[in-house]
Amino acid sequence: MEKDQDKLLGEVTSGEYKYGFVTDIETEIIPKGLSEDVVRLISSKKEEPGWMLEFRLKAFRHWQTMKMPKWAHLNIPEIDFQDIIYYAAPKQKKGPDSLSDVDPELLKTFDKLGIPLEEQKRLTGVAVDAVMDSVSVKTTFRETLAEMGIIFCSFSEAVKEHPTLVQKYLASVVPYTDNFFATLNSAVFSDGSFCYIPKGVRCPMELSTYFRINASNTGQFERTLLIADEDAYVSYLEGCTAPMRDENQLHAAVVEIVAERGAEVKYSTVQNWYPGDKEGKGGIFNFVTKRGICKGDDSKISWTQVETGSAITWKYPSCILRGNNSTGEFYSVAVTNNYQQADTGTKMIHIGRNTKSTIVSKGISAGFGQNSYRGLVKVLGKAEGARNFSQCDSLLLGDKCGAHTFPYIEVDNPSAIVEHEATTSRIGEDQIFYCNQRGISTEDAIGLIVNGYAREVINKLPMEFAVEAQKLLQISLEGSVG
Amino acid sequence: MDYRPEVTGRLTELWEGRETGILKDSPEIYNRYRTEAFSEFLRLGIPDRKNEAYKYTNLEKSFGHRYEQYFSPKPGDFREAERFHCEVEDLDVWNMVLLNGFFPRGDEGLAMLPGGIWVGSMKAAARQFPSLVEKHYNKYAQNENDGLVPLNTALATDGLFLYAPKNTVNTKPIQIVNLLHSTQDIFAQDRNLVVVEDGAQMSLLVCDHAISPQHYLTNTVTEVYVGRNARFEIIRVQNQHNDSGKITHTFIHQERDSFASSNNITLHGGLVRNATWHRLNGENAETHSYGLFLADKHQHIANFVKVDHAAPNCNSTQLFKGVLDENASGAFNGRIMVHKDAQKTNAFQSSNSIIMSDTARMDTKPQLEIYADDVKCSHGATVGQLDENALFYLRSRGIDAREAKLMLMFGFAHDVIKNIPIEALRERIDNLVLQRLRGELSRCASCAIQCN
Repeated sequence: MEKDQDKLLGEVTSGEYKYGFVTDIETEIIPKGLSEDVVRLISSKKEEPGWMLEFRLKAFRHWQTMKMPKWAHLNIPEIDFQDIIYYAAPKQKKGPDSLSDVDPELLKTFDKLGIPLEEQKRLTGVAVDAVMDSVSVKTTFRETLAEMGIIFCSFSEAVKEHPTLVQKYLASVVPYTDNFFATLNSAVFSDGSFCYIPKGVRCPMELSTYFRINASNTGQFERTLLIADEDAYVSYLEGCTAPMRDENQLHAAVVEIVAERGAEVKYSTVQNWYPGDKEGKGGIFNFVTKRGICKGDDSKISWTQVETGSAITWKYPSCILRGNNSTGEFYSVAVTNNYQQADTGTKMIHIGRNTKSTIVSKGISAGFGQNSYRGLVKVLGKAEGARNFSQCDSLLLGDKCGAHTFPYIEVDNPSAIVEHEATTSRIGEDQIFYCNQRGISTEDAIGLIVNGYAREVINKLPMEFAVEAQKLLQISLEGSVG
Repeated sequence: MDYRPEVTGRLTELWEGRETGILKDSPEIYNRYRTEAFSEFLRLGIPDRKNEAYKYTNLEKSFGHRYEQYFSPKPGDFREAERFHCEVEDLDVWNMVLLNGFFPRGDEGLAMLPGGIWVGSMKAAARQFPSLVEKHYNKYAQNENDGLVPLNTALATDGLFLYAPKNTVNTKPIQIVNLLHSTQDIFAQDRNLVVVEDGAQMSLLVCDHAISPQHYLTNTVTEVYVGRNARFEIIRVQNQHNDSGKITHTFIHQERDSFASSNNITLHGGLVRNATWHRLNGENAETHSYGLFLADKHQHIANFVKVDHAAPNCNSTQLFKGVLDENASGAFNGRIMVHKDAQKTNAFQSSNSIIMSDTARMDTKPQLEIYADDVKCSHGATVGQLDENALFYLRSRGIDAREAKLMLMFGFAHDVIKNIPIEALRERIDNLVLQRLRGELSRCASCAIQCN
């Protein structure tokens, strides 16, 4: 225990972003810029069927009519969409059949990141789909899962092997017209994960996607589609890192979740994209659309996110509660340090009767960070007996950062009960004094208090992630004392 | 179809004829801001629902109507006003009656109340206290994407002026009864300025009454300056019929050690939107914003509050409550903004609403924007029904369901009413609310208009 703590302390004091390395690997990239030809090129590179190309082109044509939204409480530098490489893939022989076919450099990369790609590491009990520069590199445990009828593979494989499922569910939650970045993603997405849990199956292990941006000047546009059929259960993890670069890189992903009757989906994210350096130079723009629909009665979708990375985070994992008695949950810890900005929150849309939602959001701002919670709770006229509880707390560490709360509550049904609470404060001097008195340095004391503050959310994470998240929190706040 | 170009067109026509209309005997102090304000209005336009501050308020029904513009009352207009008598008993106040936002004795110059407070029209103020008006006029109003404020700056011709010189204390509250009376449908814009200098105290009660059944739309801008160690209270009681629209913008600017409170009681009105800005510009200032509304039929009541903590060591509270019945809709949009150096700020905000019917709706948007770290800020919002446990408690003691509900709702509303500093008025409002909740008062008190 003590040793663990020493190790942790060592990591904390060593500070900065530790995933900032670049893997020297041959990458296949297409020229910069975006046009209909580029969309066609991506589609042909992926050997996609005609309907997929149609979908992309439809999205692209719509995207050309759209403008970048400006409403967020964020300061976003102008993005030149023609200055981005829309497709980058680690070069490898077609279709790795076993791990030995995968480029050893790649394996090393994921080893460095601590991602178990080797199937021997059964003990970790996590099936991983590793996505590098928006192309799926390797999916582990496929066969084991397939025995139970679970489909877990890269998106491009799914397009080829399970076209009916993909066609049925693709864009059913996030339509291609949804918003600027979702539309862009629909046009140019290169890969992602696809997961289908059949009726009545309880997925025996955590499924996980690990995203890694490696190539420079590229944007990452992946798409995840998660379907839990009737009475199925799955817990899904998502992690991400990127190298340190002076430029800003765009990450615009789409995640869609469908929960049929009685199904339960738990989606956890530990987001640790490169946040930029101390002066706010570089870092990832993380503009992601995540939405789940509780389609059937008694279904449940739970989002948990720990957001410590990215120069700018702009996302609202949402739940559409359409089935009666369905439940939506959102637990979030968002940390902004140095010049990071975050505008994040959720949308809970109550459509069915007796739907319930819980929102717990914890924001932590330090340095020059700006942290906003923006959330919508909407109760439609027919949502008899809807219930929502929201709690948003903000913690300020330092006098140059900001914490903001923008909740929207729209209630159209008299039987609904909607509560919202928010507080903003800083760490009490008495708390720090108490720790100091007992020989705990101010830095450690802050780590301790922050972890306690975020515990409610971190407890919702699967075990392996919870440990990582705790460490991340401390590292992210490193040097923010004083 | 977008109704706005047509309305903007009508307003532009009016603006173009300003030489013979608005500008006629309007003092230069006010005129100098008009041109810029009007182009600002053209840029911002009439707010629609894409505007964040109006997200839940649709102005179309009120603004789309064709109104006559109202600039200056004719002498005969005031006959009604003179007849009006406030029916609140034992209300010991200095009473003043305004018609459509205009002062009846506009040309007579300012009057001084016992205690030394000056009251009169804006026009007279520009003549009598030019440097004072110049110092404060149009200094506190902010546009913030709301086109209606510059519209008022461009087109308003007159309004109420109140001035409490240094260390004056008004012995009684000042009651302003603003009557809406006309033979035509009118769109009136009035502009008011209140200056409470260092160490002075003023308590103001503004009652809006519609006494004829025409369609009204009022766009009011009020600027208030509260000097050091001064105290200012404003209570608005809004009783208008359901064909009227009332939009108020109140900007309260406070210096150090000052105190201000604003209380908006909305009992009736087709569309009411009260926007209140509190700017705490000096240390140790305190400000309170309260609001209560009871809405039914197709009424829409919106409260917009912004408390701007620009200096350290200030306190603020906001409390807004509403009861919505039938097809009524309500909106609350509150924001606490704590600036970078405003350390040791305490700011609280609370919005609670009760929905009584299937077709009523409530939208709330409580917001915090904080740039300082040593602060205590919180907000809470609830939308729901009466507490079942409380109902059960009362019923188990032999109180029937209807009465128990009434008691709870009355208690709910009283939380806001109890903050009214004038006792006679507090009792009167308690009474009105109770009657209203009992359903005995589906119209404004002592109303002769049979509106729907």
